[in-house]
Amino acid sequence: MDKSQSYNDVVVRQFGIMTVVWGVVGMLVGVIIAAQLMWPELNFDLPWITFSRLRPLHTNAVIFAFGGSALFAASYYVVQRTCHVRLYAGWLAAFTFWGWNLVIVLAIITLPLGMTQSKEYAELIWPIDVLITVVWVAYGVVFFGTLAKRRVQHIYVANWFFSAYIITIAILHVVNSLAIPVTLSLSYPIYAGIVDAMVQWWYGHNAVGFFLTAGFLGIMYYFVPKQAGRPVYSYRLSVVHFWALIATYMWAGPHHLHYTSLPDWAQSVGMVFSLVLLAPSWGGMINGIMTLSGAWDKLRTDPVLKFLIVSLSFYGMSTFEGPMMSIKTVNALSHYTDWTIGHVHSGALGWVAMVTFGCMYALIPRVYGRTGMYSTKAIDLHFWIATIGIVLYVASMWIAGVMQGLMWRAVNSDGTLTFTFIESLKATYPYYAARLMGGVMFFSGALIMAWNTWKTVATSEQRVVQPVLDPA
Amino acid sequence: MSGFWNAWVWVLTLGTLAGCLWLLQALTTKRKEKRPAEKSTTGHVWDGDLVELNNPLPRWWLWLFWITGIFMIVYLVIYPGLGTFAGIGGWSQTSQYEAEMAAAEKRFGNVFAAFSGVPLPELETDPDALRLGRNIFLNRCATCHGSDGRGAKGFPNLTDTAWLWGDAPDTVIETITNGRTGMMPALGPALGEQGVTEVIAWLRALPKLPASAAADPAGLAPDVAAGRQKFLSFCIGCHGADAKGNQILGAPNLTDTDWLHGSTDADIRDVLMNGRTNQMPAQHDYLTPDRIRVLAAYVLSLGNSGGAQP
Repeated sequence: MDKSQSYNDVVVRQFGIMTVVWGVVGMLVGVIIAAQLMWPELNFDLPWITFSRLRPLHTNAVIFAFGGSALFAASYYVVQRTCHVRLYAGWLAAFTFWGWNLVIVLAIITLPLGMTQSKEYAELIWPIDVLITVVWVAYGVVFFGTLAKRRVQHIYVANWFFSAYIITIAILHVVNSLAIPVTLSLSYPIYAGIVDAMVQWWYGHNAVGFFLTAGFLGIMYYFVPKQAGRPVYSYRLSVVHFWALIATYMWAGPHHLHYTSLPDWAQSVGMVFSLVLLAPSWGGMINGIMTLSGAWDKLRTDPVLKFLIVSLSFYGMSTFEGPMMSIKTVNALSHYTDWTIGHVHSGALGWVAMVTFGCMYALIPRVYGRTGMYSTKAIDLHFWIATIGIVLYVASMWIAGVMQGLMWRAVNSDGTLTFTFIESLKATYPYYAARLMGGVMFFSGALIMAWNTWKTVATSEQRVVQPVLDPA
Repeated sequence: MSGFWNAWVWVLTLGTLAGCLWLLQALTTKRKEKRPAEKSTTGHVWDGDLVELNNPLPRWWLWLFWITGIFMIVYLVIYPGLGTFAGIGGWSQTSQYEAEMAAAEKRFGNVFAAFSGVPLPELETDPDALRLGRNIFLNRCATCHGSDGRGAKGFPNLTDTAWLWGDAPDTVIETITNGRTGMMPALGPALGEQGVTEVIAWLRALPKLPASAAADPAGLAPDVAAGRQKFLSFCIGCHGADAKGNQILGAPNLTDTDWLHGSTDADIRDVLMNGRTNQMPAQHDYLTPDRIRVLAAYVLSLGNSGGAQP
């Protein structure tokens, strides 16, 4: 068969496998730092494994290594099948795989060594930033090149979201990382003071908005209708919520800087746009859940659908919680507490990781020429252990966060604060324990997935080639 | 903010909202419009079986979208948001802070004013004043000095008898109000490794020697004598010939058992080689004079109290 007549699933398989691998690594680091919060002596007085160095390693590993690999795999898989063509520039796609994994390996080396730009979610030093930019441009060329040679006129909705995510992440990454290099590992940002903070949170919030929301909505828009065997609920809802989501997300960053030296007007604009963001965010949830409706019976037999429906539920919950936390009055209580950690993980574990698991359990068998994973029971077990783990994690951080916020603002009859910081920390310990337990459960789920993936791959024909489907 | 940037903020902010709401109403199914049949798709097919229905936007979701949009407009009328327009509500975070601080002072200020005329020694024995002082101490001092006031390496113990700057009531009030900077210069380049070793030998020997030893080096071991010589050249200015320190400069007494930066040879060597700059932060921006007096009384009540305790 002519190569151009088949899908390029080599790079999809590679990224798919690395999604599982980096998921295990990133979540393991998460479990370690959660344990360090309980027992600080677990850093064994070694600078390389202190909380301050492992925490950015955890966030980079789960967001960019685990989440990023999932997005690469899914977008390469989806764009070929919904454009009815083979991936454009296969060699460049291979470069994105090796380049992206080199970025991750360099992150695993440099972050524990203490090399950092000290910008949250953008800690990597400038030479790695340059490499990321090169890989990302290559990604854009592969993706948009494939889109350009599509054999259907209409672009499928999943590809709108992938497109928005690829373009925006390029802009965010470059603008936020602009810096003057001094040595190979040291650079100074070109921004100073509150401008630096604003650019950082414009980046930080849109990394959530475009990497972790738009990108994964792209995954959702392909795998939910595919797995449910149902049509997408509403085309016009897709149109409205897509444009409204990408237009308003851009504005929400200042809610990370409430009651700081950021000018009042910028804080207000950030807050109101965060509230307006609620409806566009929920548009995706409605479209996903309503697409599933009518296929509820399949939940009994298909654990992949369970992952997808639960991920949409957590997506809806976190995108409601986010706008509420952006309200200044609420933020005054919630900011700097573990409530924020709970919010982030309800999105990161509940939405991003669960939709990724669902996607991978559907994608991996298909690119290995099978109808399903090696063990369906293991998928089911993974689902339950992960779901319970998330609930433990998020609930404990909610309670801890509200408790901390209330303790920090409690005053005595003479106006002095009732509690010292250390007292609020002491009161948080039981919740740190519950969080650690939730994290361990979620990590165990990832291990089950790794085993299941291993068995699936080991018992499959590796070089399966799927012909490009002719458009209907 | 210049006129251009002001207009920029107005146009982009309102334009983004207007764009969203325009799109929303443009795609809203009108009530009299015929709804698409349940099974009718847009006609596009991808990947064999991916099709789309075109259901109307859910009513409750439309309401949600409009309500947040209207809230945004109302909020931007009342609060600052549109460039230089301050909003008709007159709110700013600075004015909110000042109003809350004024309200707190009105509510809590008289609690402390009751003690304003009382001399510190009297306050030190007044349980009410000490309770208030302890609360302030836990808020503002415990982070460095510890909740029991015993300090830590580099942070003075306030329960012993050693006072860097003195324990006169006015001195303690001054220390809290305006803070202190303790400066030990780095003497490594001047003394050299060997010189530092000798000075340490002198400091170790000093408490056991008679007071006359500072004036008369006869009978001292060679390294102690050399250390004495160096001490009298480099250290005497602040710590004095007898090494008992100088509270005017915050120079510690080196003959007692209280070592702020640690008492091992390695600790002392480090301080001599590299110097130290220690900062007690000024509290006048955070505490009123009445509160500082009550706090000072509490600190003095700690002092000279716990030195003998284990």
